[in-house]
Amino acid sequence: MAAAEDRVDPIHQFHINDLFDLGTFGGMKFAFTNSALFMFVAVGLVFALLYFGSSSRSMVPGRLQSVAEELYSFIRNLVHQTLGEEGMAFFPFIFSLFAFVLFTNFLGLIPYFFTVTSQLVITGALAVFIILMVVVVGFAKNGVGFLSLFVPHGVPGALLPFISLIEIISFLARPVSLSLRLFGNMLAGHIVLKVFAGFIVGLAGLGIGGWIGAIGPLLMTVAITALEFLVAALQAFVFAVLTCVYLKDALHPHH
Amino acid sequence: MANTTETHGEAAAAAEGAAQPADAGHATTATTEAGHGAEAHGAFPPFDLTTFPSQLLWLTIAFGLLYMLMSRVALPRVGKIIDDRNNRISGDLAEANRLKGESEAASAAYEQALAEARRNAAAIGQKARDEAKADADAERARAEAEVSAKVVQSEKAIAASKAKAMADVGGIAVDAAEGIVKSLVGGAVSKADIEKAVKAALTR
Amino acid sequence: MEAEAAKLIGAGIACIGMGGAGIGVGTIFGNFLAGALRNPSAAQGQFTNALIGAALAEGLGIFSLVVALLLIFVV
Repeated sequence: MAAAEDRVDPIHQFHINDLFDLGTFGGMKFAFTNSALFMFVAVGLVFALLYFGSSSRSMVPGRLQSVAEELYSFIRNLVHQTLGEEGMAFFPFIFSLFAFVLFTNFLGLIPYFFTVTSQLVITGALAVFIILMVVVVGFAKNGVGFLSLFVPHGVPGALLPFISLIEIISFLARPVSLSLRLFGNMLAGHIVLKVFAGFIVGLAGLGIGGWIGAIGPLLMTVAITALEFLVAALQAFVFAVLTCVYLKDALHPHH
Repeated sequence: MANTTETHGEAAAAAEGAAQPADAGHATTATTEAGHGAEAHGAFPPFDLTTFPSQLLWLTIAFGLLYMLMSRVALPRVGKIIDDRNNRISGDLAEANRLKGESEAASAAYEQALAEARRNAAAIGQKARDEAKADADAERARAEAEVSAKVVQSEKAIAASKAKAMADVGGIAVDAAEGIVKSLVGGAVSKADIEKAVKAALTR
Repeated sequence: MEAEAAKLIGAGIACIGMGGAGIGVGTIFGNFLAGALRNPSAAQGQFTNALIGAALAEGLGIFSLVVALLLIFVV
């Protein structure tokens, strides 16, 4: 690896450590990892927010209840606008997806905490599950008519095979882009943060002049942290929106 | 990199695993595991296939748990609060509308009663005025009749006294003329002649 | 040339693609802002679309970053 031992390794934060081993089954090693721990922390936080936010049941919401209700209405409106009334069956799924991604993103921004969404296997599994769900729902709702998604209107007959091929490729690229977008954003953001934080440590080791020089990267780190909060919320939102958009294709392939 | 061929295979597997992590992970883990045990720190963690099975396992459990909790417990609770509030607000609005309608009806009834009362008052006033006017007219007519009766009576009395006076004047004149003639002429003149002469003088 | 150096050069070249993503995202938000200033009342309803477009454009830049990371850490 390029990183020398005395420098801050920006990749170290993505290492998965086994907290306790569960053994090997069928050649696969299973363990309760730090990744799993933070998944459950996120799940617990989401549930706690919604549970305790709704425990007072007051007409005029308090602080926690406002947050819970805002989150609820935000996703509810999103699903309702994109998918309509028949899409409300997917509301719990979209909400879980958004809350899971949002909370794991935010948890990752706390120093020393693990970012679950910076693992390609997590985002990939979510994206593949979404696309499989789109396909299953599409065929269940429309039967063979779902395939009309790949046959756009008003295309001349000679071009149709090529256009359909492109449509199919673009459909298959969806889970790839969906998972890589979230993964890449989280990974890149955390690497950049770590690199700038590494500059601070490196400069501070040079003595008093380096301390003054370290103010620059420190300010940069603060600014990037703020940007990363924006990115964390935005990527969770985009993930939920794109899931809705793809599900809309499943419900209404003729557009 | 120490062994290029093996890491190459891992890269291909990782790219494949990105598209289909569920299947690709299982098949390749066993082969890459041996190479990884030695340099576990060196591999890029997100592409480290040995961690995929446990991550997928815990993701399934965690996300399934989250979905269950959300769809069974949390979301209905929050949704119920919001629905209750919406129902309460729309109920309150409907109640307010009903009360507004009631107050408008009451106001209309009041207006109607007021107009009725005004109409009654006007009618009563008119009637009183008419009665008073009729009374006054009757009184005046009676007074006028009385007055005119008195006038007629007075005129009659006047005419009677005038006639009487005239008659008296004739008598006085005859007496006076008789006296005057008697003292001037000294002879007797018939009373009839004198009366004739006086009458002639009076009518002239 | 050493293989390690070639990998790093390749990673650097791959990251040029992120500049394209920057141009794309800038174009999207710039045009969104231009349209929003002309018709502020319609801007609210299109903000989600702008975000989706920006995310799609940014995703392509992220691909090149992933390629760079693959070159550095995996190949």
